Formats: sequence, C-alpha cells, structure tokens
Amino acid sequence: MKQLPKQLTRFLAGDAQADRIVPPTGHTAELTIFAAAVMAFLAIFALALSSSMGRLADRWSDELAQSLTVRITAPADQLAAQTSAALNVLNTTPGISSARALTTEEQRALLAPWFGSGVQIESLPIPQLIEVIEGGGSLDINGLRLRLQAEAPGAQVDDHARWRGPLVASANRLRGIAWIAILLIALTTAAIITLAANAALAANRQVIFVLRQVGARDSYIAMAFVRRFTLRALTGAAIGTALSVVILILLPTGAAGNGLLTDFGFSRGGWLLAVLLPFFVAGVAFSATNAAARRMLRSLT
Amino acid sequence: MIELENVAYSYGGGELLSNVSLTIQPGSFHFLTGPSGAGKTTFLKLLYGELIATAGHVRIAGVDTRSMSRDQIAMTRRSIGMVPQDTQFLDHLSLVENISLPLLVSGRDTGSAQTNLDDLLRWVGLTNHANAYPPELSGGERQRAALARAVIMSPSVILADEPTGNVDWDMSQRLLTLLIELNKLGKTILIATHDLSLIRAAKAQVQARVLRIADRRLHLAGADL
Repeated sequence: MKQLPKQLTRFLAGDAQADRIVPPTGHTAELTIFAAAVMAFLAIFALALSSSMGRLADRWSDELAQSLTVRITAPADQLAAQTSAALNVLNTTPGISSARALTTEEQRALLAPWFGSGVQIESLPIPQLIEVIEGGGSLDINGLRLRLQAEAPGAQVDDHARWRGPLVASANRLRGIAWIAILLIALTTAAIITLAANAALAANRQVIFVLRQVGARDSYIAMAFVRRFTLRALTGAAIGTALSVVILILLPTGAAGNGLLTDFGFSRGGWLLAVLLPFFVAGVAFSATNAAARRMLRSLT
Repeated sequence: MIELENVAYSYGGGELLSNVSLTIQPGSFHFLTGPSGAGKTTFLKLLYGELIATAGHVRIAGVDTRSMSRDQIAMTRRSIGMVPQDTQFLDHLSLVENISLPLLVSGRDTGSAQTNLDDLLRWVGLTNHANAYPPELSGGERQRAALARAVIMSPSVILADEPTGNVDWDMSQRLLTLLIELNKLGKTILIATHDLSLIRAAKAQVQARVLRIADRRLHLAGADL
C-alpha cells in the first residue's frame, strides 16, 4: 500500500522509450479522447442533478417537517374565540416552540396568486390559519388533535405529511435516477474504451508477437497499452469536465431555495466530485484496458 | 543445457514430431537439417518455449517448459537469443531501437549499454544503418540485425532458423562467420537450415554436430555432410 503513490507516479511519468513500443494510432486516440470527454460532460450534469435533487429533498424535508398548520373553520361569530382557544392549547403543548395566527395581510398574500391582490378577504368565508413551529421536544400529534377537537371543534391540524412525503420521495427518486445514469455512463465509458483497446490490440498483434519474442512479460506488454489508454481517457475526461463546469457556472442562478431550475449545480462538496471525475474516468479506462489486454494476451498462445 | 526427452508435438490431429530425445551441451554447435516442412521450425519453437511439447519433456536449465508460467517463459527467452526465419521488427522503430528492444523490455538501461550497442552494430556491419527503419533494409541486413538483437542480452544459447534463407552466398558466409565467432566465445549455437553447403562450410571451421529431422523423428546425420 505504501508503494502505491510511488507506483502511480511511475505509471503517470512513464518511460519515453517504452511508450514508443506501441505505434501511435491517431484515429483510436482521437475517438478515445472524444468518448471520454463526452462521458465526463454527461456525468457532470448527472452529478449536478443528483446534488441539486438531494439539496431540494433535504430542504423540503427539513423545513416542512418542523412546521404545522392549524386551520380553524367556524362561523364568523365563533372564529375569534376558537382561534384563541386553539392558540391557548398550542402554546401549552410540549414540542411546540411557537404558534401564531396569520394576519389578514398574510392570508391575503396567500390567496393573491388565485384571486388577485385586491381581494377583500373579510367578505369571504375563509378559515383562520395558525402557523405552528415545532421545537423543544417531541410533539404528540394525535394527542394535539384530540385536545384541539375538545377546545376548538373547528380546528384541523395539517402536518404537511400528505404532500411533503410524495415530494421528498420524488426528489429522492430523481436523485437515484441520476446515480443510475452515472453508473450507466461509467459502464458505457468502460465498454467504449474496451472496444477501442481491443481494436488497438488486434491491430498490434505483430508488435505483441515481437515483444514476446524478445522476452517481454505479458504485464509489460499490457501496461504499454493500458498507460496509453488511461492517459487518453484522463485527457478527454478533463476536457469534458472543464467544459461542463464552465457551463454550470454560467447557468443563471436565483436566490437560494428558489427551486431546482435556479439552484442547479453543486454544493461545496459536490465540486470536489467534479475535480475527481477525470481521475475516476482514468481509473475506469485503466481497469477496462487492463482486462482487455490480459484477455487478449491469454488468447494469444 | 537443454534436454529433450521423448518429445512429441501434435497439431490439428497430426503428429509433427515424435519421440525426440536430445541433449544440447553448453558451448556446442549444432545444425538441424531436413526437408521443408519436416518440423525444423517447430523443433526450435519447442526449445524456445513458443510451443509446448504435447508429450515428453523439454527442459531448459533443468526446468520443464510445460511447468513454466508465462513470466518464466519470458525470462527464459531472455537467455536464449532467437533469429527467426521471417525476421520481424517493429517498423515504426529505428534499427538501433529494434536491436535494443530486449534491453528495454527487460528493464535494463539502454543508455548505459550504448557502447555495447555500437560494438554490436559494428560487428554485424550495420553502423551506417543505425537510424534506418526496418522496411529500408535488405534481406541480409535484416538477418544481421536479427542476429544483433538476438545476442544483445548476451544469451548463452542462440537459435537461428534458416538465417541464410533470403541472402546470397557471400552474406550467408558472413552470417556463418558471426555465429562461429559467438560459438568461440562459449555460446551454444543451433542453426536450422536446409542449405547443406552452409553446413559443409561450417564444418571446415568448427566442430559441429548435424541433426536431421525426417519422418517426424530426429536422427544424427551421416558423415557425408
């Protein structure tokens, strides 16, 4: 294990003479670089999608899980009394840090998207809303419902679970799909590089024969091909990553929490993934070429 | 020392060599003759680990080639210089790079071997072609380059498969002289050839044993050669 950095350095530095053993194959080289660039480009966007969906799911989960809404539906002459009774119950319930009735202006603002800003809500039979913030211990939601039913019969508790659950589940599902896309991209990269490596190995049977004849070990021959393909994949992936990162940076942004479209990209930790991606692609290329080369060499007796 | 004990080799349902036994002593000089297709190249490939006997034992320095790993075979090839019938080079490398290929693949420093390389090029008469590429060389030059490549690792055994097959009489004599010089340095030489005049010329200069492959078997050739 201690030898690994040394071996990696030696692998990356290479040997100029040994590198010349395998003849240059321009077309294969360009295709490998292009494929690695495209795959890295797509992988960065899949990673960004996963990162964004993760943040969105967390935000929905955290923000909404900490709040409740109590809706008082009562005849106009009882509305104030029931609201007061409900607030009294809420303020004396363990696990609730604060409860307050929304003002008329706040309720008007909530209705504005549907009825316009000039609506006179005083003339409408709309319920009174109470915003409840959880905190200071666990809240017994069923116990709260029973107490509210006794003190304010028109009160209904909405803990947002009904619509929060599917939203968070959808966000997490999208996040999972993004990771599946990343896995498929990695497998496709491996497949493309394996095909390119097989083509290069088949085109260089003569070279392999001569190298074996002069006493080259199979590991030496394999490494001559592996190093070449790994460096090509690293170069291509670095280009693809750089391009996609520039595009991500140039995407329009909004205030934090506005939504997916204006918050698409990486969080701080996510940028580290972007930096590591070319090395991951190089690792995939290394494994794919190594396996292809060893398989080919085993088949050549 | 190379030993063959009741060696047979079959391919595609047909037996190419049968019940071959031979001991090649260090420093000896052997010719292997026989008609085309008799199995001379197969015999050399068995000695070189490129083919594995289907029956019997081929032992190189006491180790049976059948029990050798691929790495061991590669290491063995470094101690046996091979001049193949169809000399194969890497066409994108210069002559000097091709000759020093065994040094490169064995991890030796080709820079420090430069003096040796210069001497070798002079010895085979290719100093002026050091930077030429294989397709630019004539048949004789390719054969001499193959010989230089075969000896650059200072192997104890040199196998040559029809080394004079594609060259004129003068060039074949020149190649023979080089091989005799190597034998005088203590190298074991085995030359497969169907050129009897080459064998006669050699026997005038060196004590050589002549073997003949016929009817899938190895025989000691008569004194008439």
